[in-house]
Amino acid sequence: MGMVQDIVSWILLTGGGFFVLVGGIGVLRMPNLYTRMHAASVTDTLGAVLVLGGIMVQAGLSLAAIKLAAILLFLLITSPTSSYALAHSALLAGIQPDAGRGADPEDHP
Amino acid sequence: MTVLFGIFLLTLVVITALGIVHTKNLFVAVMLLGIFSLLIAANFFLLDAADVALTEAAVGAGISTVLFLGALALTSERERAATPHRWLSLAVVVSATLVVLYATFDKPTFGDPNAPVHQHVGPWYLEKTPEYVDIPNVVTAVLGTFRGYDTLGEVFVVFTAGIGVLFLLSGGGPASPTERRARPAESAIGLRDDLIPRVVARLLVPFILLFGLYVQFHGEYGPGGGFQAGALIAAAFILYALVEGEGRTLEALPRKALMALTVAGALLYGGVGLAGIVLGSEFLDYSVLASNPVKGQQIGIILIELGVGMTVTGVLLSIFHAFAAREQT
Amino acid sequence: MYYAVAAATLVTMALALIRALRGPTVYDRVLSVNMFGTKTVLLLSVIAFLGGRPDFLDLALAYALINFIGVLAVLEFFKSRAARRLAERSRGESD
Repeated sequence: MGMVQDIVSWILLTGGGFFVLVGGIGVLRMPNLYTRMHAASVTDTLGAVLVLGGIMVQAGLSLAAIKLAAILLFLLITSPTSSYALAHSALLAGIQPDAGRGADPEDHP
Repeated sequence: MTVLFGIFLLTLVVITALGIVHTKNLFVAVMLLGIFSLLIAANFFLLDAADVALTEAAVGAGISTVLFLGALALTSERERAATPHRWLSLAVVVSATLVVLYATFDKPTFGDPNAPVHQHVGPWYLEKTPEYVDIPNVVTAVLGTFRGYDTLGEVFVVFTAGIGVLFLLSGGGPASPTERRARPAESAIGLRDDLIPRVVARLLVPFILLFGLYVQFHGEYGPGGGFQAGALIAAAFILYALVEGEGRTLEALPRKALMALTVAGALLYGGVGLAGIVLGSEFLDYSVLASNPVKGQQIGIILIELGVGMTVTGVLLSIFHAFAAREQT
Repeated sequence: MYYAVAAATLVTMALALIRALRGPTVYDRVLSVNMFGTKTVLLLSVIAFLGGRPDFLDLALAYALINFIGVLAVLEFFKSRAARRLAERSRGESD
């Protein structure tokens, strides 16, 4: 039981770490705001689910697991909402989803 | 390994600080200040100072960002041109830095078990807390009982800061009726048109309030206490104000109730201190509050943490409403 | 194993910081602050577990809440600024 628990949590943690790193590289290298937003928000949520799931498996059934489940649920609900609100704001401000073409420069720095 | 993480985080702190100083756009500076607060909170966390990390994250990265944005809305976004005495300022800063660096050569190395702070002060608190106060979180015991005067001073400083800001910001008075009519209705604060954040925020506000109450009363057993809980509860109301508009938030918790909350918190703390005198002992001695002195200490700590939480909530929300009301003009 | 995840999270935080410093528009910076916040939550959770102190998870939860509220506040600031500029422009044109 301990061995299986360890292996499962290692797989989840490695996956989570990989996605977190991919998200970071994506935010730096993508050409446009919206593509960066896509990289950041998708990998944020997925990476968080995997990492927190991995730690939860390791914690077994305890108060710590319940707190981790609360953090996980909260991140699942609010991370996509923040990304939506950000994308909506950017679209309303006039930034076009084309690569490299920004909006009116006097509207925002 | 933790030391390596700490060094890495501190390097990021230096880079962020350089970025803040370099940029001319104040809005970018506010964003970078949020990141700065997070990095400092993570550093505190690595050093095992959980209460401080929680307070820094709640107040520095959350509430401070909101208040800075409120201030930016009232002033301009660009920094003014640099003053002519830059080289003098640079020389002063560099010499002060060198003096401070020289002073750190005399400090004991990090984590040295023979340092004076580990020989006298630390072990005394660790021994006396189970004997006098008997709560698991020594930081709350130190804050509430052994250094109760300092915390009383902190509560009154927060209270005074709140009153000061309210004086400064309400100098213009409420907007005259003609101005209020001329203002278009959509310029009021509110993400009312945005359905998704509104639904999610309305779902979350009760849970954030519940978590704030948990942090308030759990301060004796884990990281938490009055300051953090006050910041979290204020953040919950600020979230409600962001999505539902400031008007409805004022209906939920009117300005007079906020003022009453602030004053009641400070009076509660002072009152508990005076109760010590009335019941026959010294000021801020909680052991006379119950028949068993240890129980008395615990009751005293709960009451003063409640006072601190009430004052911090009231002050942060009053400042937020003051900024938001000014922005309408 | 936890160390590897913590190291990955730290590197991502550094990358997000670079984007915050470079990003041409403000929305890039808000995006990177949001991402920084979520990574801090993950870092706090992993290190709380590494150090064997599960009661420090309260910090991670509080931080996740604050991050969300901060991002919404910033976006609200932009909206009200854009609405005010629009009102000023329309008032300026009607004079």
